[in-house]
Amino acid sequence: MDLLVSIIFQIVYVIANLALISLGLAIIFGMMRVINLAHGEFLMLGGYTVVVATNNGVNIWIAILILSPLVVGLIGIIVERLLIRFLYGRMVDTLLATWGLSLLFIGLITSIFGASTATTISPPLGVITIGEYTSSGYELFLIGITILLLIAVFLVLKMTTLGLVARGTMQNAEMASALGVSTSRIYMLTFGLGAAVSGLAGGLLAPITGVLPTIGTVYIAKAFITVISGGMAILAGTTSASILLGAVNGVVSFVTGPTLGEVALLLAAIILLRLMPRGITGSIFRKSL
Amino acid sequence: MKRKAHTVLETRGLSMHFGGVHAVDRVDFTLRENELRCLIGPNGAGKSTFFKCLTGQLNPTAGDVVIRDVHVAGREPHEVASLGVGIKTQVPNVFDGLTVEENIWTAARRWHNAKRAQTLTSDAIERLKLGDIRSTLVGNLAHGQRQWVELGMVIAAEPWLVLLDEPTAGMTHEETARTADLIREINHSATIIVVEHDMQFVRSISQHVTLFHEGAIMMEGTMEEISSDPRAREVYLGSKA
Amino acid sequence: MRELREMKATWIIAVFGILFTLAGPSVLELFTIITLAQVIGLSILALSLALVWGFGGILCFGQTAFFGLGAYAYVIAAINFGGSSWAILVAMLVAAAFAAILGYFVFYGRVSDVYLAVITLTVTLILYSLIRRTSGPEYKIGNALLGGFNGISAPPLNYPWDASAFLFPEQVFYVAMLALIIAYVFCSWLVRTHFGRVCVAIRENEDRAELLAYDTRLYKLGIFTVGAAIAGLGGIFFCIGVSRVTPDVFSLPQSALTIIWVIVGGRGTLIGPILATFALYYLTSALGSQSVLNTNLVLGTILIIFVLGVPKGVVPAISDLMQSRRGRKALRARERRLQRRRPSSTHNATTTEGAE
Repeated sequence: MDLLVSIIFQIVYVIANLALISLGLAIIFGMMRVINLAHGEFLMLGGYTVVVATNNGVNIWIAILILSPLVVGLIGIIVERLLIRFLYGRMVDTLLATWGLSLLFIGLITSIFGASTATTISPPLGVITIGEYTSSGYELFLIGITILLLIAVFLVLKMTTLGLVARGTMQNAEMASALGVSTSRIYMLTFGLGAAVSGLAGGLLAPITGVLPTIGTVYIAKAFITVISGGMAILAGTTSASILLGAVNGVVSFVTGPTLGEVALLLAAIILLRLMPRGITGSIFRKSL
Repeated sequence: MKRKAHTVLETRGLSMHFGGVHAVDRVDFTLRENELRCLIGPNGAGKSTFFKCLTGQLNPTAGDVVIRDVHVAGREPHEVASLGVGIKTQVPNVFDGLTVEENIWTAARRWHNAKRAQTLTSDAIERLKLGDIRSTLVGNLAHGQRQWVELGMVIAAEPWLVLLDEPTAGMTHEETARTADLIREINHSATIIVVEHDMQFVRSISQHVTLFHEGAIMMEGTMEEISSDPRAREVYLGSKA
Repeated sequence: MRELREMKATWIIAVFGILFTLAGPSVLELFTIITLAQVIGLSILALSLALVWGFGGILCFGQTAFFGLGAYAYVIAAINFGGSSWAILVAMLVAAAFAAILGYFVFYGRVSDVYLAVITLTVTLILYSLIRRTSGPEYKIGNALLGGFNGISAPPLNYPWDASAFLFPEQVFYVAMLALIIAYVFCSWLVRTHFGRVCVAIRENEDRAELLAYDTRLYKLGIFTVGAAIAGLGGIFFCIGVSRVTPDVFSLPQSALTIIWVIVGGRGTLIGPILATFALYYLTSALGSQSVLNTNLVLGTILIIFVLGVPKGVVPAISDLMQSRRGRKALRARERRLQRRRPSSTHNATTTEGAE
């Protein structure tokens, strides 16, 4: 029984982890049809923000929950203004340019902080016990915060004027600008929001994974697969794909070890895309957010 | 039964629904060999959707399309075209990065060896008077010329069934007249369906016309019969009249 | 064999390649000759992406997956067979087979080009993390230990079917150059065949090709598979050149570099990416030996600058420039002809002529 609870906890954690690392990418992709290849580096920058801030005496919770989304969100806005906005409608060029950006960020951070791990931070919160098994309290916290984050993004998209206008703009940019909406501003804010969510995710994960200039590589494969399998709908896509792929990954990892877990995740996604080329939300849950 | 033997294209209960919109609704349509049939109707009547169900570009919600005894509903466009069907879509659909000659050659080479394909390509270029621009990239051509290139691609493949969606869109008066001549010429060796807006053009080429309205066939007959029918006039002029 | 006669520029470049091959060992130092084998391997990889992306229009971000698989397959097969001759064939077949299976899923699923880019990249990254974790003694194929992130040392090339007679570095250089030249001429021929022309047509307008009764999925799968086999060939020479294969062949920077070679060299040309590989290889090694500018920083900047400023790449940009000059000259000549009221002659210019 305790073993079962412990396994379920692990699988839920894998699912939450997938959703967390993918959400920022999904926001930018779902709203702007831009696949941001520098997504991994946004996560990496969130991690460095936390490390630098805590090294300078900032409380770790403030560093994670406030500074990392703020700093990376700002970087996102700057990137959108200087680069992305010139490439709207050119999907392939956007892919390539964000890849260039990814290399540039890796190079920049390596030049500043060096190629090896900056000071590590230990995860706050202690250990929780499930019968004879133990789990990290921080992992439980991550599951909780991922759910909160999904709800928050839902509320922003559904309830706020920004969300409404943003959805409208993404559906029909010409119509929106005819109505006096500044499309340029909406794109900028959306990209910033996506970057901020990625930054927060990177900050949240930094205590577990540590930070490296190339840490983005660890995340992006999974994040890409999750977002593409999910399809255009940001929340329904990310959630359904995370649950499906996370469960596959979690179960296979439990049975055979982490190596084959990742391979199983990839295989599941490729078979899924053969059946639903536009992702889960391209075939079902079409009208969802 | 003799008439049945000559049927080359037939749809039975063909329907295409987009959500709640019934763009094409249970259409039964029959085309006989060597016919030159025009499909007309106001905007949104469903004729282009119907056309795309024939070519395989759309997978119909229900019903069947039979071309020479082959069931093609839901097949891929290349499978429909492989039956020997030449297709021209509504917007000029060409290979922009290739020359006029290469565009047409690609169409001809699908069916013939290299030598014969070259002959057919040259013939098509001559027939359509494209000689001066044969080495020009199609992406650099004007809209009307691109339409001609696409017609050239259709004839170079020597199809027995030709499906044309608005072949004269964007053409000048003179170009439209030339297109009418060309279509009549193709009709000597092929059965043709033309979707068209331009009534003048339809009148000049077609004996038999099918009028679409609200996703269904409203009536079939000669252009005279249709233009003298009060219901058909209402469809075109709007019900307020 | 009409195609072979149209390949004038290709033959000229091939002759230059042969001259370089013959002169190389007597002009260059031994150390350079040894490094050149790996650069040649990399340039074959660039050539394969030039074919798949530049002509097939398939945005493959994971061409290095096939390159790396080729390298691993060669090493494993050569260790098990005790010789390199059959291993070369096995390596190309493994790369092609993997591409055929992956390609079946993406092309028959009609996955869009952006998805395809991301999927191929992801496959590469997962191969990377998979191979890195194979360091234990339990991970072995036949006699070959996979060796995790340390990789496996690569058996040298030997004379055909005589495993005891190893080739000297100069001879490896000859073989590698020969492979590059043959692969280049082959690709140049391929894009002129009916198959190649249809692939180019699909790149231009896939829907149109479908309506002309071409099964575009099959053509894309075909060129993707051929490209993978060539990438696998590149992998063989690369690992012989560095005398080792490590998971780094699947790494993200390697994938990025491959894309950068093709972007810089230009899409729609075969020689451009090959030359770009040589040029950028020497640029990055120069950067690696100093510590002011980080290599990734420079490569990222180059990529962004090219996407924004020279999207067609260097070689097409230069040939456009020359063409517009030639075009103006031809126009003037034609005007003169028309004044003399002679019928204008038709000439058979083809756009694939750019593919030297």
